[in-house]
Amino acid sequence: MNSKRNDRIATGVIYFLVGLVILLLIGIIGNILLSGVPHLSWDFLTKASSSFEAGGGIRDQLFNSLYLLVLTLLISLPIALGAAIYLAEYAADTWLTRLIRTTIEILSSLPSIVVGLFGYLVFVVQFGLGFSIIAGALALTFFNLPILTSNIEQAINGVPQAQREAGWALGLSNWKTIRGIVLPAALPGIITGVILSAGRVFGEAAALIYTAGQSGSTIDYANWNIFSPTSFLNVMRPAETLAVHIWKVNTEGIVPDVNVVSAATSALLIIVVIIFNFGARALGNWLYKRLTAAKAK
Amino acid sequence: MSKNKQDLQEVVEQAIAEQKVPHVKFKKTAPQNVDVAKLTKASKETRQERWGKGLTFLAIILIGILIIAIIGFVGMHGLATFTSDKVNIGHFLFSSEWNPSAGSSHVGAGAMIVTSFAVTLLAALIATPFAIAVALFMTEFELGKRSSLLQSVMELLVGIPSVVYGFLGLTVVVPAIRTIFGGTGFGILAATLILFVMVLPTITSLTVDAFKAVPKELRKSSAALGATRWQTIYHVVLRAARSRILTAIIFGMARAFGEALAVQMVIGNAVLMPANLVSPSATLTSQLTSQMGNTVMGTLPNNALWSLALLLLAMSLFFNFLVRLIGKRS
Repeated sequence: MNSKRNDRIATGVIYFLVGLVILLLIGIIGNILLSGVPHLSWDFLTKASSSFEAGGGIRDQLFNSLYLLVLTLLISLPIALGAAIYLAEYAADTWLTRLIRTTIEILSSLPSIVVGLFGYLVFVVQFGLGFSIIAGALALTFFNLPILTSNIEQAINGVPQAQREAGWALGLSNWKTIRGIVLPAALPGIITGVILSAGRVFGEAAALIYTAGQSGSTIDYANWNIFSPTSFLNVMRPAETLAVHIWKVNTEGIVPDVNVVSAATSALLIIVVIIFNFGARALGNWLYKRLTAAKAK
Repeated sequence: MSKNKQDLQEVVEQAIAEQKVPHVKFKKTAPQNVDVAKLTKASKETRQERWGKGLTFLAIILIGILIIAIIGFVGMHGLATFTSDKVNIGHFLFSSEWNPSAGSSHVGAGAMIVTSFAVTLLAALIATPFAIAVALFMTEFELGKRSSLLQSVMELLVGIPSVVYGFLGLTVVVPAIRTIFGGTGFGILAATLILFVMVLPTITSLTVDAFKAVPKELRKSSAALGATRWQTIYHVVLRAARSRILTAIIFGMARAFGEALAVQMVIGNAVLMPANLVSPSATLTSQLTSQMGNTVMGTLPNNALWSLALLLLAMSLFFNFLVRLIGKRS
């Protein structure tokens, strides 16, 4: 009965390890939420941050994060969509496409600090953009593009071949089939992928420290002139995001209430990530039902 | 194309010559009105098709250019330390005297390389048994609601920004180490513990995929031979999934090696050869993060930092290569 005993011991060990992991997960998420949520107030969200006094808020960082996210998606989505369509629909299995796939894999595994430093070298220094939102958005595009592309490719590959054949049978060209049939059918998957990648971009800091910068400029939310240096829409102004803010107040900051600010900001980031994570899935399922009149897989 | 056009022209001419009943009503389609050029021109659909294909291919090319640009630029600046500042490569890799502002004989990244590898290997070492246990739990033990709940929480862990982990390390892990082991609390141990949590979901999800790829028949045959669940897992499932588990661990290591901010916040940032697990040290990424802003472009201290970045890039490429090699062999 040696094997029976071993089986029981192994099962016990596995359950023990899994139990530890679950405790760890609860501990981490619980710790962040419990220490941060009590400090999350409307006041905190809508007040400008302070550089040396206690009681600063995160209004500008919050706006910068969202603005940067929108810009990044505006730049990366069309490219990722094109690349994914090519890979899923046109690419034959040749050395060239294999090389391209390898390239995308390498790009997705590059350390984000390397991407950030490259962005600093090329966009900030070479192109003369300076520490600016647009430089940050371009660096984040690098970071985002491979993830987005493979997500969209998966969504497109998930569309049944019969739907394409139906399109061709109607005499549609390949391109029209893709635009009119495949893309709408893949839309729920694509949107899920976009939101998931948006969650990652939202929390990214390493790629932004040397591109979008670590300091905010004075922002005037009533100034709609995008060329004015104080306008909130100006893409040439330096911008600190939420994640960079946490890093900065902890490593270089001198505000006395460092822990309160970082705990509350961390909690906010986690909440946003949770919303993105579950929102993406819920929205995807809902769209899938709406568009295909079928039950979600 | 032109050959086709000539053929078509001939056919049309022949039709006109053989024509017996003259067209009256259908002027437009009458043979003498046939516009060969128009007939042989690409249809609207074909043109759209070409446009679409070209446009999507352009996106692909762009991604290709990006990766070449990254390697090119980082390589150019990283190699400047060796070409224009005449730093000895061996010295750079193995010496641990890091003080680039004092001259080219003081550029040694040894301490950072050792620390980077130490935190990466230790984190992977701790995370692997946990990851395998969780993956076994999700694929072999609990297949229902509980395992999918665990999976979505794991996915949530991937989404937690690295600075949040760094902050957690700063407020929870570092003080804990300080009270238990003494010292400052900053060092390899703190970084390892943070990285362990960060790579755990990566290794777990890939290991789950590895177990799912093991055919059901193998498990059934093993059970039919009278093997217990653990015997099946140990002798069949783990063995069949071995190379993919290895790939998962390497992916986790790649993530740990490239992680910058969380490590920078808890490692202590003193470029010293680590004396023990709780003495302050620095990794390649932490040094890059904290010092890049303090150097002037084109000077030796700046070039030396770019060399660190190049080393980081090379390691990332090496991890990729390793994954490919293992994938090819199995």
